[in-house]
Amino acid sequence: MTRPERLRAALRDMPVAAWLDTALTAAVERPETVGRSFARAGRQAGRAPLPGVPGWTADEAARALLLAALPADRLPAEIDDLYRHGDAEEKLAVLKALPMLAAGPAGLPLLHDAIRTNDTRLLAAALGPYARHLGQAAWRQAVLKCVFMGVPLTAVDGLDERADHELAVMLAAFSDERAAAGRPMPADAAALLDRLTLKEA
Amino acid sequence: MRIFDPHIHMTSRTTDDYARMAAAGIRSVVEPAFWLGQPRTGPGSFTDYFDSLIGWEPYRAAQFGVVHHATIALNPKEANDPRCRPVLDLLPRYLDKGRVVAVGEIGYDSMTPEEDDAFERQLALAVEHDLPALVHTPHRDKARGTRRTLEVVAASGIAPERVTVDHLNEVTVGMVRESGCWMGFSIYPETKMSPPRMVEILREYGLDRMLVNSAADWGVSDPLLTLETGKAMLAAGFTDDDVDRVLWRNPVEFYSQSGRLDLTGAGAGEPTFAGSSVKRGGS
Repeated sequence: MTRPERLRAALRDMPVAAWLDTALTAAVERPETVGRSFARAGRQAGRAPLPGVPGWTADEAARALLLAALPADRLPAEIDDLYRHGDAEEKLAVLKALPMLAAGPAGLPLLHDAIRTNDTRLLAAALGPYARHLGQAAWRQAVLKCVFMGVPLTAVDGLDERADHELAVMLAAFSDERAAAGRPMPADAAALLDRLTLKEA
Repeated sequence: MRIFDPHIHMTSRTTDDYARMAAAGIRSVVEPAFWLGQPRTGPGSFTDYFDSLIGWEPYRAAQFGVVHHATIALNPKEANDPRCRPVLDLLPRYLDKGRVVAVGEIGYDSMTPEEDDAFERQLALAVEHDLPALVHTPHRDKARGTRRTLEVVAASGIAPERVTVDHLNEVTVGMVRESGCWMGFSIYPETKMSPPRMVEILREYGLDRMLVNSAADWGVSDPLLTLETGKAMLAAGFTDDDVDRVLWRNPVEFYSQSGRLDLTGAGAGEPTFAGSSVKRGGS
C-alpha cells in the first residue's frame, strides 16, 4: 500500500470518512474548494493519533489526502498557498505530506520557512524525506538547529548517509561550547559526532 | 482552582507570564485580536499578527500546558483608519481556522460611522461562520456606548447567548444582563474592575452568563487577577463550585458554542516532543 492508501484506509472507519469523501471529490472536481476543506479538516477529523499509522494524527492524514487529490498542475501553487495561509497545524500537515506528493522541488521554499521558525514540530517535519531537495549548507544548519532546540535526531531522514565532514566540524564546535558552559551535549548529537569522527579516522 | 481566562492578549506578555499563569492554575486562554498600541499601517501588518495568533502563540502557550485559542477581527479603533479597513476582506479566511472560537474584539471605540459599519459587517461574518462574537465596550461614554452596542447586536440577528459584551462595570451590567448576552468583566490593577467590586457584582447579579478576564496586555495589567478574583470570591463565602463555574465552566460554555474549543492538553504541563522537551534550550 502506498502512503496515501494507508492514510485513507486508517480514516475509513472514523466518523470523518463521509465528510472526507465529499471533500476529496470536491478537491478533484473543483480544486478551488480545497482552501476551506483544508482549514475545516482539523475539526472534522479531530487531532487524535491515527490508529495504525505511527507519527500521524487524523487531521494531518485528512489534509495530506486533500493535497494528494489535487490535479498535478494546481499542486505547486496550492501547497504554497495553503502553507502560507495555514495555521501551525495546517503548515505541519503540508510539510508532512510533501514526500508523498508529485510536487517536485516546488515545496522547497516552505522547508526554508519552516526551518526559520522556532516551532520544533515544523522544524522536525521539514527534515523528513523531502529534505533531499534542501541544499547541503541549509540541511547542516537545520540539523544543528535540531540539536540546539532538543529535537531528537531521529526526526532527520537519512541522517548518517548525508552527514559530512563539515557537519562533524560544526557539532564538534558546539560540543566545545557546551563543555565550556558546563552544559551537556545531547546524547544523540554526541553519538552522531562519534560516528562521524570514527568514519574519518 | 482551574482557571480559563476568556480574554487576554498574550502577544504582549512574556514567557515568564505563561510560567506564572500555569503555576496559578490558568490552563486555557482565549486571545482576542486587538490593537497593539502602535497604529498599524496596512493589512499586511494584520495578517502577520493574525498568523501569530493561530501559529506561534498557541505553540508558545502549549509549552506550559496552557491551551490557546483566538478570536479574530478588525478592532474598533483601527476600523477608523482607511489604510486598515481592507482587513475586513481578509477575515473570512481566518474565521475558518480551527482554533478561532469567535469574531472579536469588535464594537465601539469612538462610535463613528466607520465603526458602525465595521461592527455590523463583522457581526454578519459571525453569523455566516457560525461563530460567537466578543464585543468590546468603549472606555469613554461607556453607558451610551453599551446601550448602542446592544441595539446593534439585536438588529444583527445573532442570538444574544452567542455574544459577550465585555469590559462591563456597575453601571452597564444591568442592561447587558437583560439583553440575554454574556457579561464580561476585565479585572485590572487600577481601572476597569477590581476583585472586590467583582465579588459585589456576582452577589447582586448571580453567576449566570458571567465571565471574568484579566484582559492583560501591554498596559498596566496583571494576568493573575483572575486568580485573585477567585480568592476574593472564596473569602466572601462563595463555594469552590461557584468559583469553578465562573472561572472555568462559564467560559468553556460560551466558547464551546463555536464547536471548535479543544481543551486537550489543558494543564498537562510541559509537553514533550517524542520524549524530549520542546522548550528552546538556549545556548
